[in-house]
Amino acid sequence: MAQAKFRFTFPQDLVTEPIIYNLGRNFELITNIRRANVTDDQGWVILELEGDQDEIERGIAWVTENKVRVDPISGDVIEG
Amino acid sequence: MGYASVLQCKECGREYPLEPTNVCEFCFGPLEVQYDYKNIAKVMTKESIQNGPNSMWRYKELLPVAGDDIVNINSGFTPLIKANRLGEELGLTNLYLKNDCVNPTHSFKDRVVTVAATKAKEFGFDTIACASTGNLAGSVAAHAARAGMRCFVFIPADLETGKIIGAAVYGPTLVAVKGSYDEVNRLCSEVADRHGWAFVNINIRPYYSEGSKSLGYEVVEQLGWKTPVHAVVPAASGSLYTKIWKGFKEFNQLGFIDTPTTQMHLATYTGSPIVTAYDEGTKDVRPVKPKTIAKSLAIGNPADGYYALNTIEETQGSATAVSDEEVVDGMLLLAQTEGIFGETAGGVTIASLKRLVKQGKINQDDLTVAYITGSGLKTQEAVEKVVQPLHVEPTLNSFEDALKATR
Repeated sequence: MAQAKFRFTFPQDLVTEPIIYNLGRNFELITNIRRANVTDDQGWVILELEGDQDEIERGIAWVTENKVRVDPISGDVIEG
Repeated sequence: MGYASVLQCKECGREYPLEPTNVCEFCFGPLEVQYDYKNIAKVMTKESIQNGPNSMWRYKELLPVAGDDIVNINSGFTPLIKANRLGEELGLTNLYLKNDCVNPTHSFKDRVVTVAATKAKEFGFDTIACASTGNLAGSVAAHAARAGMRCFVFIPADLETGKIIGAAVYGPTLVAVKGSYDEVNRLCSEVADRHGWAFVNINIRPYYSEGSKSLGYEVVEQLGWKTPVHAVVPAASGSLYTKIWKGFKEFNQLGFIDTPTTQMHLATYTGSPIVTAYDEGTKDVRPVKPKTIAKSLAIGNPADGYYALNTIEETQGSATAVSDEEVVDGMLLLAQTEGIFGETAGGVTIASLKRLVKQGKINQDDLTVAYITGSGLKTQEAVEKVVQPLHVEPTLNSFEDALKATR
């Protein structure tokens, strides 16, 4: 089992969608919200995911296809 | 021996031993190095600093390393020059430039990487890594070569070859990742989690970022043990900006200077989420996809954005975002008045400085320091338009005619 942590940022039109519920339901992943801040026009969640590495990657691909921005929890890693 | 004591979470204050880790296990906040200032004050004096090496390692007590086995390519202690001609153009009589283009790999990244590489060796890592499109890659690869460490540099697959020669020459393994910047970011975080490597700006980040404080220390020392009234600092993640301020405060804590009152001005690209948050009067930094010619500042999800906003508040500073056109104008103004070819981030700094003067935030006689953090040789394409030679035949008459046309 692998573990990974991400920061999901939801645009306004997704704030009301049960994305994290569906992530856990559609993929063999345990989701664990560790921090979050959701307002009426945007939201971010720091999420721990546990599951097979391939399943984590499939799950992340699915949420990004659904227009959720997925970042490392400690900000951008690529620097100039 | 070293004087770093613990890592402390910037959010919840929990403490951790000095290990290769960067986030709090409890709240996932970033970790920062804390020091035993009481004991530092017993050994560090202005005289001991002045008698130290001509590099940033003259401030070793305030850097988070334990031993003397420094991975050193002689970073830092770069010139602080009085900029009379640029000052005249901008209407400033007391302007100084901190020229960090002259670091060994031509950018301030040498300051952070020398600390990261030293710490990586102390921790027993044999491999050092980073993800970069330019300056950081070169610095990490150079330090790895110096230390005899294995080095991996992750780059986006569509990065132009020319951008990475300055790193490839030192012999790292280049990993070209097919994917968006976001995907490269994620992959590197996952690699850092899985492999026992020192990823300079992931698991080594708390140590790495401390190297930037030396840009604060040096300016204080070079100004004759005082802080400027204004500092203009380019920002990508916001780390450099916050650490310069931390450097000023540490020197005050050690009794080297009075309480610093510098107004810290953050300079960056149009669209930066730090400036958006500043303009909106919030500290909610919302990630964006950056679009700017200032590639070394093009960070869309700045790790230290929130803390940079705190520093702006604490110092009554400001945040300025400038356009690509202003960046180029800033680069040319700097080059053509002071003979310093700064990279696009330097153009950002100068363009922001110009705005601050126009807005009346910096007064004519205020002691002001602008930080130029990397060489323009790496971003030459930004100013290609300056190449407009006089075309002449190989005869004196042809040359004289061309010369007349320039008058």
